[in-house]
Amino acid sequence: MPNFGFSIHSPTHIDLDKNYRTIFNYVKVKEPSIQKCIFCGSCSATCTASNYSAMSLRKVNLLLHRGMVQEVRSLTEQCLLCGKCYLVCPRNVNTRRIILLIHEALKMPLS
Amino acid sequence: MPRIAVIGGGVAGMEVAFRLSQLSFEVDIIEKSFILGGHVHKWQKLFPDFTPAHQIVDQLKNQLRDKVNILFGNEVIKAEQENTKHILYLSDGTTQVYDAIVITTGFKLFNANRKEEYGYSVYPNVITSSELEEYFQNDKPIITKENRIVERIAFIHCVGSRDEKVGNRHCSKVCCITAVKQAIEVAQRNPDAEIYLFYMDLRMFDRKFEDLYLQAQTEYGIKFVRGRLSEVSEKADSRLFLKLEDTLLGKPLRLTVDLVVLMVGMETAENSIQLANALGIPVGQDNFMLPVNCHSQKNITGNRGIFVAGCASGPKSIGETLADARSAALEVYSYLNCN
Repeated sequence: MPNFGFSIHSPTHIDLDKNYRTIFNYVKVKEPSIQKCIFCGSCSATCTASNYSAMSLRKVNLLLHRGMVQEVRSLTEQCLLCGKCYLVCPRNVNTRRIILLIHEALKMPLS
Repeated sequence: MPRIAVIGGGVAGMEVAFRLSQLSFEVDIIEKSFILGGHVHKWQKLFPDFTPAHQIVDQLKNQLRDKVNILFGNEVIKAEQENTKHILYLSDGTTQVYDAIVITTGFKLFNANRKEEYGYSVYPNVITSSELEEYFQNDKPIITKENRIVERIAFIHCVGSRDEKVGNRHCSKVCCITAVKQAIEVAQRNPDAEIYLFYMDLRMFDRKFEDLYLQAQTEYGIKFVRGRLSEVSEKADSRLFLKLEDTLLGKPLRLTVDLVVLMVGMETAENSIQLANALGIPVGQDNFMLPVNCHSQKNITGNRGIFVAGCASGPKSIGETLADARSAALEVYSYLNCN
């Protein structure tokens, strides 16, 4: 393709008609508490990694709900697994286990 | 014996009338239609515990039996006041004299046509919450107008509420929990359906509401997305394409669904404003009637001997309406015994 000197951005919107929620469903079966999240953000506020990176468990959880795998991958790599988020969660979501399950799912061939 | 007029035969009016008859007053219910129960009469099950709505209406009807005079098919045309007596001219041509009046004219549902961008009455698969309730008369799966089983459904919160452009700044209070209740009822009928609720805030203000919300998330996998719908368009296969923003992720969101349910809010009833003018009662910016104050005198209007109960003075749940009605009955009792 000839170079016309400009590029086109790929769409950034969330397309729920195309996204697959494979990882969400994988985590949900093993750790149903993921469904209880009310996206309050207390996990992100207390997160050790969030001081130095874009890591936010609230965001990871939302992205999983919306089936946006690529973004989940880059964020969860930053997690230190300290578990502070689990301590502050008002809904008692097992956040640390969710991160471990995401890591597990991301290694699987489907994702 | 003092005579009291209760204007409106919904659940508020029925409860006020019954309580006043218990206090040995002579009570007339003035009802414009030919049935009792108002909006509740058209509902199947009630939040938060799925009580059948007809149970509430039937119970109120049984309590009223033979104790209260019901003037069906009647409206107040004109009102006059002479000392402590209130004279009402009714549409059947009669003139009645009362010692006290209780206004229980309730609300009307927001007309969804006014939110043009949502495509109500343009696209057949955009329906209102009140129309969805009709599907719940039986346990069959929810289908589209083309008889396809609904696989994906979107509930849109705050249609005609919290919307200054349509003149309604107020919150209608009960639609949040109604959407959760209806989403669960859809999930029970269409277990494989993906169910989305698009909200601005979830106002789970009363007892058991948070529990129902949690149940919707965990037992039924219902998906809650914060964001207000901007527009609906129809695809060639008559499915509906929605555009909104996921305001928690800060990204625009697109999806296709089979059915859109608009959670229509409450507005003041059709003729409440004329009635308020005729009886000299102020209305608020939201057009609902204003009592003297909203804490300790919420059933007392500025006009002596005229009281208000239920949704005529703003959106309320059924439990709140019935409690408000009982409190109004007691206010009438105190007023008549001090005169």
